[in-house]
Amino acid sequence: MREHDIVVVGGGPAGLAAAIAAYDSGVTDVVVLDRESSVGGILRQCIHNGFGLHKLGRELTGPEYADVYRCEVEKRGIRVYCETTVTGVTADRVVTAQNKEGVLKIKAGAVVLAMGCRERSRGALNISGTRPAGVYSAGTAQKFINCEGYMVGKKVVILGSGDIGLIMARRMTFEGAKVEAVCELMPYSGGLTRNIVQCLEDFGIPLYLSTTVAEIHGKERVEGVTIAQVDENRRVIEETKRYIPCDTLLLSCGLIPENELTRGAGIPIDPITSGALVDENRQTEIPGIFACGNVLQVHDLVDYVSDEAEMAGIGAASFVKNGAVSGKTVETKPGNGVRYVLPQRVHTESGKDVSLFLRVTQPFPKVRFTVKSGDVVLATAQRLKAAPGEMEKITVKSEKLQGAQEPITVSLEVL
Amino acid sequence: MNRNLTCIICPRGCSLTVEGEKDNLVVTGNACPKGKQYAIDECTHPTRTVTSIVRVENRVDTMVSVKTAAPIPKENIFDVMEKIRAAKVQAPIVAGTVILSDVYGTEVIATKTVL
Repeated sequence: MREHDIVVVGGGPAGLAAAIAAYDSGVTDVVVLDRESSVGGILRQCIHNGFGLHKLGRELTGPEYADVYRCEVEKRGIRVYCETTVTGVTADRVVTAQNKEGVLKIKAGAVVLAMGCRERSRGALNISGTRPAGVYSAGTAQKFINCEGYMVGKKVVILGSGDIGLIMARRMTFEGAKVEAVCELMPYSGGLTRNIVQCLEDFGIPLYLSTTVAEIHGKERVEGVTIAQVDENRRVIEETKRYIPCDTLLLSCGLIPENELTRGAGIPIDPITSGALVDENRQTEIPGIFACGNVLQVHDLVDYVSDEAEMAGIGAASFVKNGAVSGKTVETKPGNGVRYVLPQRVHTESGKDVSLFLRVTQPFPKVRFTVKSGDVVLATAQRLKAAPGEMEKITVKSEKLQGAQEPITVSLEVL
Repeated sequence: MNRNLTCIICPRGCSLTVEGEKDNLVVTGNACPKGKQYAIDECTHPTRTVTSIVRVENRVDTMVSVKTAAPIPKENIFDVMEKIRAAKVQAPIVAGTVILSDVYGTEVIATKTVL
């Protein structure tokens, strides 16, 4: 069996940033395994701009952002194995992978899980009607158009107003398609406001809130969809049904962290994030196995994926050099208005500031977040607005954290 | 003029209000100077960066992604798209290579390397 200090599973933005951070922390025997033919992950098909403003201080397209990290990986001589699919990870850190040369078994000093996420499919959405060609998840359509040059349709309805759906509305319009409508089941969009402006409003594409696709029509190819408004329980209101002729339906209805390997290793998963339970170093409940990026929690910006991956890379390097971080930990918990808090466990005596990442349950106007341990306030933060589509970050100072005994709760109040 | 805008410069998406006359626009709601400039530009001459793809002629099923090196006038987006669609490229192409020159005062450049 081969041995490496750190094995990174996945060569997308998370995996690359984790590998670089681990290397820069002094552990140079790092390998990255990726199932695709080149690294970059989902960024390879995200040809639009808007990446890197926070992290790199300039605005890049997806391929350019990925290339910055690919170059850094190359510069360090970190070995990357493409077209290599990891089929298993064990709790004692044996990684099994497969490529055209055969089966590869690696005993790793530490493992970083960075497999990303996948899209919710039509099957998971339970849309009634026929099963014609022309129904795509938005990311699949994006790959067909941007990587393979294959235009998926001419008259389009998009279900779901997540960022990928919004980006694809503009992309399809650029390529000459007519986007008839974007329907969103919820009473608010899950996408960034700037994307609603520059992808829909710029082109006069209507966004229908509290609206869903009730039925798909067509035998061989999509011929149209029935859309309908939904009530507060998200049930279709019959009398609002109307037919829109179209040849394509794109689905942008949420992303699901791809955690088969994580579960296979017996790592406990948070039912809300659908990612592993981690501490502030992004170590899972199994020592030496770390997770970061969209496999841990679905991010809004790749810049924050890179940040998080660096924490995991540094954590993994520290584990290889010094073993597991010891010391007292407390749990974190979502309070009023907060859907989840990550990390779910925090070392209180590490002497380091800890950033808590969270998402709110619904759109709020001006709010104040309060981080408490029992009755002790550890941090507060105000925001002019908060929306479920945007990840919030609140930093707790190390001196506040020190001595915290009770679970840490983050809640919000509307101001 | 009294216009409400959402800033698209960064993901923060500030809600901007623009008031006043053409030569004396007052912007509020911006968290940074870029937002003020965006609001003024948006009310006087809105611009956008266009990103798309160009087929690589000497490779099978291979696209190179491209972008305008600077934002172009918003009303010319579809004209630029037509120019990009008509463009022809051959590998090898390095990211940053000029694919089309002189497009509304800027260039269309490759954003990906195809060897």
